[in-house]
Amino acid sequence: MTPLLDVHDLAKTFDVHQLGRRIIVFEYLSFKLLPGQFLLVTGANGIGKSTLLRCLYRTYRSTAGQALYNARAGQIDLARAADIDIAYLRREEIGFVTQFLRPRPRVSAVELVAEPLLTLGRAWDDAEREAKHWLADFGLKADIWPAYPTTFSGGEQQKVNLARALIAPRRLLLLDEPTASLDRKAREALVRRLADLKSQGVAMLGVFHHPEHIGHLVDAEVSLEAARSVLHRNGGEPAHVGD
Amino acid sequence: MLAFSSPDAFGQPLDAPRLVMTPPLLSARGLQRRYGAIVALKDVDLDVYPGEVLGIVGESGSGKSTLLRLLNLEEPADGGSYTLAVAEYAGRDLFGLDRFQKRQMRVRHIGIVYQHPHLGLRMGTTSGGNVADRLILAGERSFSRLRGAAREALNASEFPLERIDDLPRQLSGGMQQRVQLAKAIALRPALLLLDEPTSGLDVSVQARVLDTLKRLQRETRVTTVIVSHDLGVIRTLADRVIVMRRGRVVEVGLADQVLDDPQDAYTQQLVHAKL
Repeated sequence: MTPLLDVHDLAKTFDVHQLGRRIIVFEYLSFKLLPGQFLLVTGANGIGKSTLLRCLYRTYRSTAGQALYNARAGQIDLARAADIDIAYLRREEIGFVTQFLRPRPRVSAVELVAEPLLTLGRAWDDAEREAKHWLADFGLKADIWPAYPTTFSGGEQQKVNLARALIAPRRLLLLDEPTASLDRKAREALVRRLADLKSQGVAMLGVFHHPEHIGHLVDAEVSLEAARSVLHRNGGEPAHVGD
Repeated sequence: MLAFSSPDAFGQPLDAPRLVMTPPLLSARGLQRRYGAIVALKDVDLDVYPGEVLGIVGESGSGKSTLLRLLNLEEPADGGSYTLAVAEYAGRDLFGLDRFQKRQMRVRHIGIVYQHPHLGLRMGTTSGGNVADRLILAGERSFSRLRGAAREALNASEFPLERIDDLPRQLSGGMQQRVQLAKAIALRPALLLLDEPTSGLDVSVQARVLDTLKRLQRETRVTTVIVSHDLGVIRTLADRVIVMRRGRVVEVGLADQVLDDPQDAYTQQLVHAKL
């Protein structure tokens, strides 16, 4: 099967100009991700697991290497693709799921959740119906759906965020600790949703503090420790992980 | 595509677009502008794609407002070219148009909202009249159609229609911005320019105006260039961002990338100063 994502010798360094410092997060990171596959990113805290996800979503710019993504319209390197192409992929194919909502004043929970569908051109009634379905599924009380999430508790905001992040059809999901601090009911709903998407062929790359929450979904691991230790031991030889 | 190769020292240069094959709506190359000894714009290249929101950030005096005035054809360039892919003038350098043609472009295809309402509105004309003005300039003469179109545009800007006959000076700052916005979008322009549209407003009003802009952008997909020193506004509205310093573009990128992983030394300073 053709991989959906083929990461080859990807590197990320941060150059902090003010300090004149260069921070190397990872180098020579390589792995493949197939459609419908779930890869767990592993490694100690602070090693750069979220950084990897952000590099693939292009919130961060990779310093070297390739991340070849098999888009519907053809193969493209996420590390070097034009910004406008990345913006297109974010609307249409690649989703990023975090535990944090960015609520906007005066935008209701149901509108926030429906927004990705509206951006894809779906009619309001249709998008609203689907938004309510997911809010219910994640266990947000119906009486606060029309309210502004700026006033919600952290747990409530997180449910809105998950519903929003998972409502639009995606081919690749980047999951940055979405289960952290979720209550059991919401966590079970999330795991059900992810299992469902996986069976539909959605590929996932995830960082989880408690991998036992999603244990049965994981097909393989991408270890940043391995990428680092090989790098450090062999003076920069590529580390192939997660195949 | 020059404008997409971010001029940073360490990131990889970016490829030309391959998935989005639509050409840019707005394309500017080599823009220059001087005021005496002061270099306001130097070698600025810019591409904005249909439906996109491009944010322009930079400290005061970086040239961002000058750039917007050039794009609004209200000020000449000392060098460079500027095209907008709209029917009559597609492929023509807009700086080469005569005064009448420039005015026609501005009336028909470019809408602008200024930070200061007195730049965009006639304070002694009713709110509805301000919006209708623009339609009259475009040749509309029927009173009922003018009134209808003005109401429609004001409504889209979420202006309370019961105040349509009030003068701008009787309105709050937020309401004045909604009238400017209605005027700007009344003729469904190809390009919407926003110059610090929420900067003079207090926080809760700012949030509401931002919300209107966001909704309008989603519904109409109007190609937008927004200048703001408020990085929160830019994060909320912009798809891509250019960072200007001393009249030059120092960084180009996706909004979240420029704000979360700035490559250029100046952008790092700017972003961290605001956080």
